[in-house]
Amino acid sequence: MNQITPASIGLSREDLPNSYIGRSVPRPNAPKLVQGRATYTDDVVLPRMLHTAFLRSPCAHARIGAIETAAAMAVPGVVRVFTGADIAKVCDPWVATLDHLKGMKSAPQYPLPLHRATWQGEPIVAVLAETRAAAEDGVAALAVTFEPLPAQTDMESALAPGAVVIHPELGDNLVFTRTAETGDVAAAFAAAHKVVEARFVTGRHTGVTLEPRSIIADYNRADGTLTVHHSTQAPHMMQGVFAKQLRMAEGDVRVICKDVGGSFGIKVHVYPDEVAVAAMARIMGRPVKFIADRFEAFASDIHARDHRIHGRLAVDAEGRVLAFDVDDLTGIGPYSVYPRTSAIEGNQVVNLCGGPYDFRNYRCTTTVVLQNKAPTCQYRAVGHPIATAVTEGLMDLAAEALGMDPIEIRRRNLIRDDAYPYTSPAGMRFEGLSHHASLDKLLQMVPVARIRADQAEARSRGVYRGLGIAAFIELTNPSPFMYGIGGARISAQDGCTVRMDPDGSIVASSGVTEQGQGTEAILAQIVAHGVGVAVERVKIITGDTQTTPYGGGTWACRGAGIGGEAALQSAIALKQQLLDVAGAMLQAAPDSLDIVLGRIVDKAGGAERMTLHELGRIVYFRGDTLPRELQRELVQTRHFITKEYPFAFTNGIQASWVEVDPATGMVKLLEHWCVEDCGRIVNPMLVDEQVRGGIVQGIGGALYEHCIYDAQGNLLTTTLADYLVPMSAEMPEMHVGHVETPTRESLLGAKGAGEAGTAGAPGAIMNAINDALRPLGARVHEQPFTPERILRALGTIA
Amino acid sequence: MITLTVNGERVSRHVDPRRHLIDFLRLDLGLTGSHAGCEHGVCGACTVRVDGEIVRGCLVLAASLDGAEVTTIEGLSDSGEVADLQANFVARNAAQCGFCTPGMIMTAADILAHQKDATRAEIREHLAGNYCRCTGYQAIVDAVEATLEARR
Repeated sequence: MNQITPASIGLSREDLPNSYIGRSVPRPNAPKLVQGRATYTDDVVLPRMLHTAFLRSPCAHARIGAIETAAAMAVPGVVRVFTGADIAKVCDPWVATLDHLKGMKSAPQYPLPLHRATWQGEPIVAVLAETRAAAEDGVAALAVTFEPLPAQTDMESALAPGAVVIHPELGDNLVFTRTAETGDVAAAFAAAHKVVEARFVTGRHTGVTLEPRSIIADYNRADGTLTVHHSTQAPHMMQGVFAKQLRMAEGDVRVICKDVGGSFGIKVHVYPDEVAVAAMARIMGRPVKFIADRFEAFASDIHARDHRIHGRLAVDAEGRVLAFDVDDLTGIGPYSVYPRTSAIEGNQVVNLCGGPYDFRNYRCTTTVVLQNKAPTCQYRAVGHPIATAVTEGLMDLAAEALGMDPIEIRRRNLIRDDAYPYTSPAGMRFEGLSHHASLDKLLQMVPVARIRADQAEARSRGVYRGLGIAAFIELTNPSPFMYGIGGARISAQDGCTVRMDPDGSIVASSGVTEQGQGTEAILAQIVAHGVGVAVERVKIITGDTQTTPYGGGTWACRGAGIGGEAALQSAIALKQQLLDVAGAMLQAAPDSLDIVLGRIVDKAGGAERMTLHELGRIVYFRGDTLPRELQRELVQTRHFITKEYPFAFTNGIQASWVEVDPATGMVKLLEHWCVEDCGRIVNPMLVDEQVRGGIVQGIGGALYEHCIYDAQGNLLTTTLADYLVPMSAEMPEMHVGHVETPTRESLLGAKGAGEAGTAGAPGAIMNAINDALRPLGARVHEQPFTPERILRALGTIA
Repeated sequence: MITLTVNGERVSRHVDPRRHLIDFLRLDLGLTGSHAGCEHGVCGACTVRVDGEIVRGCLVLAASLDGAEVTTIEGLSDSGEVADLQANFVARNAAQCGFCTPGMIMTAADILAHQKDATRAEIREHLAGNYCRCTGYQAIVDAVEATLEARR
């Protein structure tokens, strides 16, 4: 067989439009979404199903006293009440640490705590009833005594003498700390022409999936199996989690995930209330449904990005970066979240600061501490928007100190496009990035001269506009170096099984999952391309641990790069098998044949020899006519895992054009641009929309979204009226451009695209706001950039 | 007991006084195309049409709808009224996870019916009560704009 290369299977741009790779094919699963015909977890109704509601802690920190359930049990429709002790009889606690994060510690977490509540909103007691309304009535009738304890809410004082130690058995509130240091940072700062520094804050915010967390667990006593309908990104991981915690065999647990109403990292974690649902189903032998309401989502979905960062940057007289020195502190709530842990975000800040730039001296420390607030964990673009805002905020300060154009200082420092492979001072290995090509492309798209002229003219009228730039790197296609080496049962490998049915139609089942990104669409494109059929003939199965190959699911931008490659390899293998069978039927050498749009053709000349439909008929119904020894099972499975690089890094650059009203402090987003390089693009439209959606999610964190707690640990933002999200009227028009640097780790060459928008947007907006405010002598580095903070920076309010 | 018309069919049900319209549609009638997103009137996922006007299904009590005419995404789709809009949503990838989409289509249908000359800014303003976490809204605005233009 000839060597298969990207060119030999038609993946180059020149093969368009005869290739499905690189075409904006509409998503085959979109029509059901626009007609209201999708099936989200809450749409599933099972016989004898019970509904649950949780009594949640009203206190940030409290001892749980007496639990009086009699009145709740008297509520019509209430079936049973479960306390932490009831659940613990069938369910073990978990501890969320990773072995490769040296010295990391966390406390055992039960589905419902036994003795102490440690954040406001923590599930404490569950009520099962015939309807959700009756379950909520039951919760209202519970009488639980909470004895309030002092709460540790401020991350800055978490390690100070006298701090409330949230888990006394841990000794202190330190979860993890790590310092990366290379070169001679002190000498670099001593020798610097200019040193700039700032204190950055990123606001604690959350994912706000429009579909809240949703689960139905159903334990069948007859066969001892647990079937879980779950809105999740990682069905196989959750299968393992439910089995382990409930002391069951993994093979006796099935996780089914139909349509998912948004995830963004929110739905890749283990939530105590969801494990409690599985435990209650195990005890009751009946299906139990839990759908979080919006209050529960705000109070118990993971939060993220609660960081305070001191950053310093040293540059020489030519504007070259000499050193970054960054100190990051993050509060993660009372428990590290299982199984990914809550130390990864801080660890990513250490890995990513300064990432786009070529420099030698680097020091970055992250300190991860406990606090009595909702747990934080991985949320879209984990750590990236923080590292990008710090890096790019400091680069703009340096440019200002040097009197240099912000674009010029970046051009002087971005890693050269011919410098790869390259290892960053933080130790990240880059296979191939395109910072300069991306900057050039951005400058083709952004009319900088016109914008600067407009800016000057507007300032003369007392209107303050600003242009901000942010370059970034993004970690995608993670290998086992992300979680597996730390002991977590999180698969970095993924698989795809492709089969041909008698009518020539193709069915592919994949371990990666769909939450709206278009995973199923790109898998269909890849399989159609790989086998040689029309994309309409391909059906994709995802989200069922019993029918899909074991895999990690969709997170950390791995769907296209890992799941897509497994699909391509299995499709190519099936094509070869079809050609072998066709060769036997047609008495032709398989090498002389090809498959084009569902027909076996002569490779030379393209004459049609037979349809796949006819091939299928003979194989499935007239196998007696085929040579006895012919292999004729028309199904192939391939798995893929990256081996050369721990992560496939991507890169990009964004620009934001804003107007700031100094009278009100309001920021108006005028226009936004992003150029990114996710390697080979399977579906340009889907990539563009991932980037746009990601940008807006970054805008949310930069301008609006904030989980606000008072000093006692009361969450003040528990409705969509208090917690502001981006809505259509305020959002800018966004322009997306691409540079394609395929990874050579795979035939497909795809890297991730889903987090680029979120990674870069806050930094670009911050720099744009500060560019607008510069003539007024004001600066902001604390997200979200609310009118109040801008007016305070202007000195308008105290 | 209330009797009303839902998607052109007459239905009669006993409802609790506290039952809101979205739960009535989803739980009592099995019309799961409309979604409960926030249950306090902000996100727009439960948007349906009552007597010709779009309303929040979570802010209307079912008991108040005796004699009303209700249209949900299922009925709107079956009628073909917005088949072009839905085709444009698919073509432009204006839906990602799809959870907001039925409410978004109901609101966009309201633009098609009442604001035939809407500009992009006016489309954005009209959709500003419907939260979408996935798309960043631009593709949705494109799809509505393309439909308006094609209908002119």
